[in-house]
Amino acid sequence: MIDFDRVTITYDGAERPVLREVSLHVAEGELCLVVGRTGVGKSTLLGAINGLVPHFTGGTLGGRVTVAGRDTAAHPPRELADVVGVVGQDPLAGFVTDTVEEELAYGMEQLVIAPEVMRKRVEETLDLLGLAALRQRPLIEISGGQQQRVAIGAVLTAHPRVLVLDEPTSALDPTAAEEVLAAITRLVHDLGLTVLLAEHRLERVVQYADTVVHLPGDGTAAAGPPAEMLLTATVAPPVVELGRLARWRPLPLSVRDARRRAGPLRARLPVSPPAASATGAATGETALRARQIVVRYGEVVAVRGVDLELHGGEIAAVMGRNGSGKSSLLWAIQGAGRRQAGAVAIAGRDPKDLPPREARALVALVPQTPSDLLYLNTVGAELAQADRESAASKSPPARELLDQLAPRIGDDAHPRELSEGQRLSLVLAIQLRAAPRVVLLDEPTRGLDYGAKAALHAILQRLAAQRRSVVIATHDVEFVAATCDRVVVMADGDVIADGPTPEIVVASPAFAPQVAKILAPLRYLKATQVADALDESRSLPGMVSG
Amino acid sequence: MRHATLSVRGRVPGIHDSRRVPRALHPVAWWIWALGLVIAVNRTTNPLLLILALSVLGFVVANRRTDAPWARAFKYYLMVALFIIAARIVFQSVFTAGLESGDHVLFELPHIRTPRWYAGVQIGGPVSLEATLSATVDGLRLGTMICCIGAANALANPKRALRVLPGALYELGMAVVVSISLAPQLIESVQRVARARRLRAGQRRGFRALRSIAIPVLADALERSVLLAAAMDSRGYGRTGPATRATRRLTATLLLAGMVGVCAGCYGLLNGSGPRLLATPAILAGAVLCSAGLALGGRRVRRTHYRPDPWRAPEWIVAGCGLISAVTLYFTSGYNAADLNPSFSPLRFPALPALPAVAILIAAAAAFAAPPPRRRVSGSVGVPDAAGGRIARPEVSA
Repeated sequence: MIDFDRVTITYDGAERPVLREVSLHVAEGELCLVVGRTGVGKSTLLGAINGLVPHFTGGTLGGRVTVAGRDTAAHPPRELADVVGVVGQDPLAGFVTDTVEEELAYGMEQLVIAPEVMRKRVEETLDLLGLAALRQRPLIEISGGQQQRVAIGAVLTAHPRVLVLDEPTSALDPTAAEEVLAAITRLVHDLGLTVLLAEHRLERVVQYADTVVHLPGDGTAAAGPPAEMLLTATVAPPVVELGRLARWRPLPLSVRDARRRAGPLRARLPVSPPAASATGAATGETALRARQIVVRYGEVVAVRGVDLELHGGEIAAVMGRNGSGKSSLLWAIQGAGRRQAGAVAIAGRDPKDLPPREARALVALVPQTPSDLLYLNTVGAELAQADRESAASKSPPARELLDQLAPRIGDDAHPRELSEGQRLSLVLAIQLRAAPRVVLLDEPTRGLDYGAKAALHAILQRLAAQRRSVVIATHDVEFVAATCDRVVVMADGDVIADGPTPEIVVASPAFAPQVAKILAPLRYLKATQVADALDESRSLPGMVSG
Repeated sequence: MRHATLSVRGRVPGIHDSRRVPRALHPVAWWIWALGLVIAVNRTTNPLLLILALSVLGFVVANRRTDAPWARAFKYYLMVALFIIAARIVFQSVFTAGLESGDHVLFELPHIRTPRWYAGVQIGGPVSLEATLSATVDGLRLGTMICCIGAANALANPKRALRVLPGALYELGMAVVVSISLAPQLIESVQRVARARRLRAGQRRGFRALRSIAIPVLADALERSVLLAAAMDSRGYGRTGPATRATRRLTATLLLAGMVGVCAGCYGLLNGSGPRLLATPAILAGAVLCSAGLALGGRRVRRTHYRPDPWRAPEWIVAGCGLISAVTLYFTSGYNAADLNPSFSPLRFPALPALPAVAILIAAAAAFAAPPPRRRVSGSVGVPDAAGGRIARPEVSA
């Protein structure tokens, strides 16, 4: 179906090719998962399938890419629209029309499909993706998961034989992501579509994949069965990490498979992980006290009288579905967002009553789109500006902070060209320059791969060690399990649960991280805890048989 | 439900059957109707007629708009109208042209002496009731015209209206559509970035402050545009038919020559001093050339329409209502000029001229003639008619 024959792709001005001599074959009806760290060329590989690379992006293509017998060198993307459907990360960015129904028809109109056929295909697609009730709804009013399903439907109506999805869930919350991935697997099974999928939340999809294409980062690509490829891949979901640790062969890819193999391991492990590996305990002094916070947007009440108290050195997570008030709460605490009622006290002062310069010395917020704070042309200029803004603070210069967070970001780099993780580090460094006591992060793990998340974890641990309090609003259960001491769950503007991470997270089947699900009723949250426990008990013999 | 409408269609000829089934009226019909009212309103400064026209607009919009986001825009146009009236009054009061005999002075603003060569306009001074009233009516007229456009926007999705452009102008229409879609996203991103600025505590005013908002917003917009372009390309936008270099050149030449002809003709007609005899043929020739160019260019673009809006009796009636208003006020302006454009000095209550009032009221008939809009349905009502019947057609299943 798709053939890469010694493909080399070099972007204009780049020193090294992104892909070098890549040869691949994807058979008809396969679900092929493309894995690798950020920036190794996943998007380039996917873009090459319908000719967006190099027709649209520029660059040089060596070798041959053929899709359903058509050579992409001779066919620009629009000439492949009837064979390849492409869905990107942000569904809203790709919408051309206003309503669900018109969006589904748009591609067919371009392909000159007869009106009667269009009518029929739109109805079929509405049913296939469960969108019938939304048919006349404006696209901007429906939820993120629904938007992404419309985006998939909009390319499906052209009856392509290949579906290319570039991180289709990275901009969605877990429920919406689940919804979209369920739709994708259904398409693979019911329609026999060939699907190529790049996805950083591997734990959700890896069990459905037929093939894994791994890009290690040196421009090469290797393809093979998922269980074999993930043994050595540079990215791995927690279930695979645990499988590697316990030397299970073949590697289990789903919680179900792993749980069936985990009996001997469970018998060997103590009930609770060794105390040393538990996250650092918070100290007694109170760093932040928020009382009866209320945030409303017109009729809508986003936060209804929430109390929150934080200790120095504590890392807390605020979880809950989209629209439950997480972001509004963070913005209200910082004082830059709306707050109709309630009081916040950090070192006895309310940041809302202070000018921004003083407020950010008490509490810093890193917004969901960190790039909103960046407006200069180089990293060096941004750092210098940050030094000027916080000249009064005692913290080290911003450059030093950035080097601690993410080494090797040059002064000349353009902030927009950085990877998601690097950009987050840059904004965090700018915000930390004011030496705030409390750091708030809104969805920091969005778009980060496993490596970048591990780096963020280390950064947050260091902040906690400096006795600062950290609050993150997030959907990322695995990250919370690995990083946070405490979890606050919000729903409909109220706090519905608040307690230590193991209690909140393990008790709930929906929130539990993979390792907890595999090892329940043992109280382990992450693979490193298991590794520590095994080291301690020195019970390595016998593990191989597990 | 479908069965019932079929039987109704069998019995009652004309518009009544389609009035029952909710559907969207052809956007061009709404635009003709609204532009007709614009022309009508443009002919009068009678406040009674203007208020009548506004009521007609409000009545039709309230009864025939959908619940889509763009349909809620009418109130913003009303606000703009109010702003225009207020601005007109303020300007009239500040840059007053002085009093005429018999004017009633409302209040007096501090007077600023202007140099002799600038004697035409005074700044400040006494403000008369007559001048304020005529400014109000003037503002009201402009405001009403803007509300006409607002009504068209609320009643017909502007993007659907652009779909009727001839094939040769398809790309142009597409560019407009894309810019319309990017506007709300731009507003959202301005709000987000402005809120985020407080986190950074940079400069609050001046060029730097502007830059700290403009740069992230523009970078965002640029990123979105590139993504949209890639998405459109991957979905087959611009799959051109076999267009040779020669046809493209011929199309361009025809269009250009046609436009020159039309412009020259218009100039001849409006200028009056030029040779009027040549003007009409120039316009006609230009129009023919343009049409030929559009037809030739349109052959190149091949695409189909999903659920094209039909043009049936209600469309004729709605468009006709607007045209009747326009034509009536256009041609009667000579007969009762005093009633259409009443003077406020001496001060008196304006009369309501019968014929223009009826002509404007006729435009309200659009609310009855147009089929009810399709509203969002939660249950099964309305869904079957969308899917109804056609699926089973033999040529479709092939």
